[in-house]
Amino acid sequence: MVDITPADAVPPAEVGEMELYHPHSWWTKYVFSQDAKVIAIQYSATATAIGMVALVLSWLMRLQLGFPGTFDFITPEAYYQFITMHGMIMVIYLLTALFLGGFGNYLIPLMVGARDMVFPYVNMLSYWIYLLAVLVLVSSFFAPGGPTGAGWTLYPPQAIMTGTPGGQDWGIILMLVSLILFIIGFTMGGLNYVVTVLQARTRGMTLMRLPLTVWGIFTATVMALLAFPALFVACVMMLFDRALGTSFFMPAIVEMGEQLQHSGGSPILFQHLFWFFGHPEVYIVALPAFGIVSDLISTHARKNIFGYRMMVWAIVGIGALSFVVWAHHMYVSGMHPYFGFFFATTTLIIAVPTAIKVYNWVLTLWRGDIHLTIPMLFALAFIVTFVNGGLTGLFLGNVVVDVPLSDTMFVVAHFHMVMGVAPILVIFGAIYHWYPKVTGRMLNETLGQFHFWVTFLGAYLIFFPMHYLGLVGLPRRYAELTDMTIMTESAHHLNSFISIMAFMVGFAQIVFLFNLIWSIRHGREAGGNPWRATTLEWQTAETPPTHGNFGKDLPIVYRWAYDYSVPGAKEDFIPQNVPGSFGTSKEPA
Amino acid sequence: MAVALVLVLVVVGSVLFHLLSPWWWTPIASNWDYIDHTIIITFWITGVVFAAVVLFMAYCVFRFRHREGNRAAYEPENKRLESWLTIVTAVGVTALLVPGLFVWSRFVNVPSDATEVEVVGQQWQWSFRLPGKDGKLGTSDTSNVSAENPLGVIASDPNGQDDVVVEAADLHLPVGKPVKMLLRSIDVLHDFYVPEFRAKMDMIPGSVTYFWFTPTRTGTFQVLCAELCGQGHPLMNGVVMVDTQEDYVAWLGEQQTFAQLSAPQQTGSADPAPAGTVAPGSRISAKLETVEAR
Repeated sequence: MVDITPADAVPPAEVGEMELYHPHSWWTKYVFSQDAKVIAIQYSATATAIGMVALVLSWLMRLQLGFPGTFDFITPEAYYQFITMHGMIMVIYLLTALFLGGFGNYLIPLMVGARDMVFPYVNMLSYWIYLLAVLVLVSSFFAPGGPTGAGWTLYPPQAIMTGTPGGQDWGIILMLVSLILFIIGFTMGGLNYVVTVLQARTRGMTLMRLPLTVWGIFTATVMALLAFPALFVACVMMLFDRALGTSFFMPAIVEMGEQLQHSGGSPILFQHLFWFFGHPEVYIVALPAFGIVSDLISTHARKNIFGYRMMVWAIVGIGALSFVVWAHHMYVSGMHPYFGFFFATTTLIIAVPTAIKVYNWVLTLWRGDIHLTIPMLFALAFIVTFVNGGLTGLFLGNVVVDVPLSDTMFVVAHFHMVMGVAPILVIFGAIYHWYPKVTGRMLNETLGQFHFWVTFLGAYLIFFPMHYLGLVGLPRRYAELTDMTIMTESAHHLNSFISIMAFMVGFAQIVFLFNLIWSIRHGREAGGNPWRATTLEWQTAETPPTHGNFGKDLPIVYRWAYDYSVPGAKEDFIPQNVPGSFGTSKEPA
Repeated sequence: MAVALVLVLVVVGSVLFHLLSPWWWTPIASNWDYIDHTIIITFWITGVVFAAVVLFMAYCVFRFRHREGNRAAYEPENKRLESWLTIVTAVGVTALLVPGLFVWSRFVNVPSDATEVEVVGQQWQWSFRLPGKDGKLGTSDTSNVSAENPLGVIASDPNGQDDVVVEAADLHLPVGKPVKMLLRSIDVLHDFYVPEFRAKMDMIPGSVTYFWFTPTRTGTFQVLCAELCGQGHPLMNGVVMVDTQEDYVAWLGEQQTFAQLSAPQQTGSADPAPAGTVAPGSRISAKLETVEAR
């Protein structure tokens, strides 16, 4: 514990406005922009657009599951194409892109007190390659044979065989090419985020004064830079198997009575590569959400985040541990069964730092001054859904418990709750929180209340009961849940109910999109710091911040990001760039 | 106020749903009630944690909601509290993990008196092979698969000649005898899954995987494929009948051995069209029709 650094202990800012590339035309200002904030909005808009495609796909599959046999156009091929594209879009092209490309670009430079990302040109390229990846992905809807229907895990051999939609057509090729492009684009952005956090922090901004949002995004980016290469090589190898006839993942196979020209490959090798990426990917989505929600709770409860240092170490610890748990996705894959002992142990160990984070969020609420703003509501809903989804992870992570539940609707319910609903609730909360900084206006409160309640309660009513369908034993990835002795009339009704809730929750998202657009012009004027928050992005001279973020002088940081309700201080918040000692402030050193 | 109430309702509703809903696991038909017990332990521990966290949140939201003149406490850390919570969590996690690993070690160690039964998956049907009088299954290889030898049994292996081959039909098992299911696929990943047995395992072309269980009651059980295997995946059903010993022996007597099946056939069998003359798409739709017709 140290006292606040007095102002005169820090040399005055010597950093003038850096040599930024200032745009000269409309094109370089808004389209081929090198300003991280514009790139962030481009990323977010593209991710939202492709996310709407995923939303419509989820409606289509819920039509089939809720009302089987009613909609003739949803053939099994089409159904598998819907689930595959829905999953891939949501995990990669929406969540990863939005958290890192969207929030990362907007918030990192502003929160660490930098003028921009350190490599603005590469940052711009990152977005355009991402856009190209999205366009390649979308093009597969129009290719002969349609998109791939291999499931988002793309397991070979079926992913590149005739019995799977798109397997011997264009679908799988376009999918793999799109992923490869995405990873290239992401790497350009990711290197930027990491170097910016490490090298471009303003004076006084020590690592242990970073807001948890930055810690979350930073750690997730480091993880992504280490995890995506595994997916990259898996995609390249499968592309070779499909296009050049190699046999990386293809053993000897008899397909529909015909011997294929493959031999010696290992299908399970792909699964190891995929999940070596795929499990860290869960935390690549979760850690930014952890970070952001910590800041939302602290700001709107007017209280410092409880146990800041523990929170930082939990983020780093979860990030590191998440690289040694991947095979818990493969307990029934046929890998050597003794792996189960190791991976179950590591998986359950990761529950400890995760639980600490949950405790610290609720302990931040304790003895707080809780303002039930829309961002706070979303943060509370996040805790509920994340705790729920995290706890069902203890079922699936505990190897033998996973055996009956694996590949059932229980898994679908679990991962939607924990890495679908929970992070997306944080995204919504974050948008309500930072929209005033991005546009200068508040989002409409009434529409926000409607959006929140329908989304939270609707999503909970979709995914909580779904666990019990899995407990019955209903398998996932069934285009028809009909010809089964375990399927009961009441389970059919539950499926119909879940579908109806899904349509309602989807509708609420359209209301939200309307709010986003409508409030740009008609929202209430926000001012520079409507939430009375401490972090640097709220202290910019102008709102929205201009290119270069902070005007002539960069801010100097004197304190951590969580000086809320400091005893003795006049206001209930002290921004990070305010000098002076307030005696009782107990910033963790 | 409303928010706190909703949070309480979420907990109460979830608990009531768990207790009252009609959706629960199917009556068990194998020795893996250990797994069911482990699930129950997990439900108790996780349920208590869920209720405690959300109810505490509801209390905080109600008690510490913003009112004019309120000010939050200032307490960045509390080492004692944080250590206690870490220890309690670690204990809870251990309480889940230890029984889990204990049951897993039973699951992966097959008793020595288990009979081997081979399951072969292909798009989109199940076939089975049982050892003959010698009690041994002959070796097999996917590259041997043909219309006459659908499971790819290696003819030169004497152990394989008396193997009982059950192609695309029901499997029968005797009640009360442990079986080791040897799982094989000749095309893509499949997963042999009978909900009442609780056990399942993927089948990988090029490898042999396994699980074991003891059927504990007679009856007819549906086999489902639990690993996405192409567009016919939901149609890939099969049947396992658990019989009394007498019924099982009677059924076994009616089955044909590999040697009988591969003996040259006299009458003009309906030769499948030579490979390559039929477009793959139509082969798949033909296959799907036969699967659906069953």
